Amino acid sequence: MATLSPPTRRRLRVLGFLSPWLIGFSVFFAYPLIATVYFSFMHYNQIKEPTFVGLKNWRYVFEQMPLFGPALWNTLWLVVVMVALRVLFGLSLGLLVTKIKSGVGFFRTAFYIPYLAPPVAATVAFVFLLNPGTGPVNEILAKVGIDAPTWFNDPNWAKPSLVMLSLWGIGDLMVIFMAALLDVPKEQYEAADLDGAGSWAKFRYVTWPSITPIVMFAVVTGIVQTMQYYTQALVAGKIASGVNIGPGSVIQPGYPDHSTLTVPQLVYSMGFQNFNTGAACVLSLVLFAIAMAATLLLMRKRSGLLSAED
Amino acid sequence: MTSTTLSAPAPASTDPSARRRGPAAARARRKRALHWIAVHSVAIAVALLFILPFVFVFLTSVMSDSQAMSGDLWPSSWHWENYKAVFETDGFLTWWRNSLMYAGLGTLFTVCSAIPVAYALAKFRFRGRRTAMLLVISTMMLPPQVIVIPMYLVWAQQFHLSGTLWPLIIPMAFGDAYSIFLLRQFLLTIPKEYIESARVDGCGEFRTLLTIIVPMAKPGIAAIALFQFFYCWNDYFGPQIYAAQDPGSWTLSYGLESFKSAHMVNWNMTMAATLLVMAPVIVIFFFAQKAFVEGVTLTGVKG
Repeated sequence: MATLSPPTRRRLRVLGFLSPWLIGFSVFFAYPLIATVYFSFMHYNQIKEPTFVGLKNWRYVFEQMPLFGPALWNTLWLVVVMVALRVLFGLSLGLLVTKIKSGVGFFRTAFYIPYLAPPVAATVAFVFLLNPGTGPVNEILAKVGIDAPTWFNDPNWAKPSLVMLSLWGIGDLMVIFMAALLDVPKEQYEAADLDGAGSWAKFRYVTWPSITPIVMFAVVTGIVQTMQYYTQALVAGKIASGVNIGPGSVIQPGYPDHSTLTVPQLVYSMGFQNFNTGAACVLSLVLFAIAMAATLLLMRKRSGLLSAED
Repeated sequence: MTSTTLSAPAPASTDPSARRRGPAAARARRKRALHWIAVHSVAIAVALLFILPFVFVFLTSVMSDSQAMSGDLWPSSWHWENYKAVFETDGFLTWWRNSLMYAGLGTLFTVCSAIPVAYALAKFRFRGRRTAMLLVISTMMLPPQVIVIPMYLVWAQQFHLSGTLWPLIIPMAFGDAYSIFLLRQFLLTIPKEYIESARVDGCGEFRTLLTIIVPMAKPGIAAIALFQFFYCWNDYFGPQIYAAQDPGSWTLSYGLESFKSAHMVNWNMTMAATLLVMAPVIVIFFFAQKAFVEGVTLTGVKG
């Protein structure tokens, strides 16, 4: 120790503190990412040795795989609709909460709690609530004379039902927006008041400019989250289909009519049910490309993620 | 604060211009009262929409088998024994134990590994610091499905650990990007004077971290611990990949779905089980609300 020069010692100290992450990053991130690229050029069924097949997996995924089109379409549909509605709804709730004068604690908790419900439990509950035969929602709608859809059992309504489920769990966004709204300098509102600004003008010229970084943050993290949308879609499809699924039984994912099939589900089904490792890795890399593009966008637009950097 | 605001337009009386002109003040007061009513009506309506699913799930969970199939909204008799039956279902207690092990060890590992890394990223100056931060954020943003296949092959073929939860728990001892990021944002708010004075007093970096930083960072550490606990508790994809082959390793989140499949017609039992999976998370939230909200806010707002 005594023989080391101070700069070397400082460097070793940094390395020491960072070592858990350095190991984790190389072993659990860099290695598998490189291996995914490697396997995307291999034919590999997880039993025999992998053999090089060039671009065959890539061509298979983009030109022949029957479910790739629907899965990509569903994923992009969910990304656009879910992210847009979540940001809109989260912002509205955030605004509402900041306007509430009495019982803020109660309302904030009520809006926040569903976010905590484990995704599987929330999904099972929603499939039950929206169940055409026995669910309370259609029961109530029938009482007021509304002819309700069959939700998770209707290919046109399955995705909107998933969106409803995700809007129910909006609590995290609400809190983020609420914090951002409370951060808007009060003097600016007072100045706008003096200028005789109405509430829309105040929102447009005072609130909006100061919360755009947070909105941007919500949009980009929303895109990345929705790109990996998996559990809710899978569980909703399985439960709504009513099929008895024991371990080992293979069902076509995306019930009804592949309307809830997403790219991550396809990765799972290719890699762990069809043992087509190459195709699964190609699909993974498609996900990676889109998520990476969103992340780069986030960092370029300075959403505040790195702003604390001196 | 909440009790006095029922008479919302109170500030009107302190506004001298309003006091002078009586009718205008009355109009302003009426306008504010209407505004108060409008905001709270909307809030109550939305709050009902958020709470009703829980109410219906609960009411169904105490119905008889046949009533749960009928679409009735209110139970005609209360079958509390459904909850007992859920606990007596094969595997349910095992799933609890596995969930607790996964979430407990996962949280412990994450916290222990995230603290030094977050500290170094927040308070050390070294070349490549910005790059390291960018890499942390990239990992945080990466869908888990992207790297799952090679990872699965390593755990299954080299270590023969598929069918257990260890492939999910062990990596957490090597830092979790989200926790590192969150904790680093928190540590940035601690003034560097504390660290400098510790150094002047001859305190080593490691001791500074343990005796000065960790006690001050308790709220941040609590937040990452809670988030990690919930992440593990809620995780479905991970257990599906690694634990699916062995029902003895299933967690509550994974088991719940198969529970519904096994009890095809019993919505009452399924709803009881669903509430039992949600319960720990919600109970913990009520004890640790502050840490939560702080953590969520930290992710969205600059440090």
